[in-house]
Amino acid sequence: MSATHRTTRHVAVETTLGTWLSDSLQMVKRNLLHIRRTPELLLDVTISPIMFVLLFSLVFGGAIDVPRDSYINYLMAGIFVQTIAFAGIYTGVLLANDLKNGMIDRFRSLPMAQSSVLTGRTLTDLLRATLAVAIMWIVGMIVGFRPGGGVLGAAGAIGLMLLFGFALSWIGVTMGALVRTPEALQGIIFAAVFPLTFVSSAFVPTETMPSWLAWFADRQPMTLVTNAVRSLTLDGSGGGTALAAVAWTLGILAVFFPLGVWAYRRRTTE
Amino acid sequence: MTTTTASVIHARGLEKHFGATHALRGVDIDVPEGKILAVLGPNGAGKTTAVRILATLTRADAGEATVGGFDVRRQPDRVRASIGLTGQFAALDELLTWRENVEMIGRLYHLPAPHVRARAGELLHAFDLEDAADRIVKTYSGGMRRRLDLAGSLMAEPPILFLDEPTTGLDPRSRLGMWELISGLVAGGTTLLLTTQYLEEADRLADQIAVMDHGRVIARGTADELKSRVGGERLEVTVSNDGQVEAARAALAGIGPDARVDAGMRRVSVPVSASDGVLTRAIRELDAAGVAVDDAAVRRPTLDDVFLVLTGQHVADGSTTDAGQEAVA
Repeated sequence: MSATHRTTRHVAVETTLGTWLSDSLQMVKRNLLHIRRTPELLLDVTISPIMFVLLFSLVFGGAIDVPRDSYINYLMAGIFVQTIAFAGIYTGVLLANDLKNGMIDRFRSLPMAQSSVLTGRTLTDLLRATLAVAIMWIVGMIVGFRPGGGVLGAAGAIGLMLLFGFALSWIGVTMGALVRTPEALQGIIFAAVFPLTFVSSAFVPTETMPSWLAWFADRQPMTLVTNAVRSLTLDGSGGGTALAAVAWTLGILAVFFPLGVWAYRRRTTE
Repeated sequence: MTTTTASVIHARGLEKHFGATHALRGVDIDVPEGKILAVLGPNGAGKTTAVRILATLTRADAGEATVGGFDVRRQPDRVRASIGLTGQFAALDELLTWRENVEMIGRLYHLPAPHVRARAGELLHAFDLEDAADRIVKTYSGGMRRRLDLAGSLMAEPPILFLDEPTTGLDPRSRLGMWELISGLVAGGTTLLLTTQYLEEADRLADQIAVMDHGRVIARGTADELKSRVGGERLEVTVSNDGQVEAARAALAGIGPDARVDAGMRRVSVPVSASDGVLTRAIRELDAAGVAVDDAAVRRPTLDDVFLVLTGQHVADGSTTDAGQEAVA
């Protein structure tokens, strides 16, 4: 029994950082082709944020008073973070969709880094989030958003938002691998992310809430990130919450990156 | 069984449960280099589960398997680097064109980009797909998709290929086309395991056949070896009236022992050792007994006969499930 077997030519078998990156880029390319063929995949990061900016600023804007500044200037950070949060978790719905069809089996029969299916997914959604931020920023400027934080403040705010969105997309990946259907996850997202964005400083200052609710709102990551983004965009400083916001973001990433990979492995290995 | 050459695909005692379902109950498989093994069986026999285990998609609960000399459990990446997989479940991305699909697959085998492009061109030419390469996969017919899928699996020139029901649901013309492609692969030295519900397909393509039923391999051998188990050639007579089947059996008792009767088909079949003059004799006997005959012939046994002898049942012809499987594929 000492036959020498012909192994496929050129094939690198070991997963290295290089193959993992190259596999992830292939996955990003595939996801972008999907978007090109079905542009409605971009609705949640184009039309919905535009609607939110317009609805909140035009409908509620006149009725809500915030200290020190115009409501639109206050509002934009909240809209940014809400959109980013939804887009991040929504990654899980897209992954759950992928898990339904046979393509994942094809990937699993290939000598690729299997986790690149996930990194490809989350990196694509980082691009989607970037598009959303750009659109919201422009629409915000049209209806009166006047960030005074300068280029560095803007860069810091965008960097923090995108990192937060990337971290949340790993929560999405974890849930996407755990739920049985994409529809189930969609339900969970609405039940969990909506209350979290509303019980935060995203749309109104937390001081107006009952004290027990304000206590929670002031300490949850959505508020911490929103306040940091608001402070960075409006006056270029991190305010009091930037460090806490970054710590939460990295903490989420540190927990849900391995958890997501584990959940996906478990789901795809029967 | 003994293998004269080392098996490129090798499995011993594979078992797999899905909840209460015992999908595999101890399956052994051996495919020597450059040969085709056809795993033949009805729906639910465990064929697909066996392929999924060998292709590293599913883990066996018990037993061991090596593919290309690599352990499917401990060295899945090495196995994956040596195999191609096509079938009901290993699909192409529907929203991508064929070229985009195979270029992605090639790159995921970590082949250099220029090599991938050149190889895609070769496959297009070999499979006669030049006009099809840049259309979105979703827009293709079932037969065309199987061709595209098979071509995609060959991207990295894998020495070992798994084809899970490659022609299920295809029209006869597409099926013939697939058979030609598959024969061509093996002529090039590829080791191939294919599953099928079609007796004709196994007979036509395979060097060895493993017959599976309810999670077990119930028989194996060449098509001829399996056929010889049924007792060689048979005389088959179809009578005109339902009421005369028994009379026909009695009349044919002198021709050979162990006649089989299929009352629904009004058919009696008798194993015959030598066909010389048998047909004339049989017609004479039947005529003397007053049995009216619609059809009478001596024919070589088919694999359906093998299945009938082994399990007491006909092989499911798969025709009722084709529509469903096509929708899945």
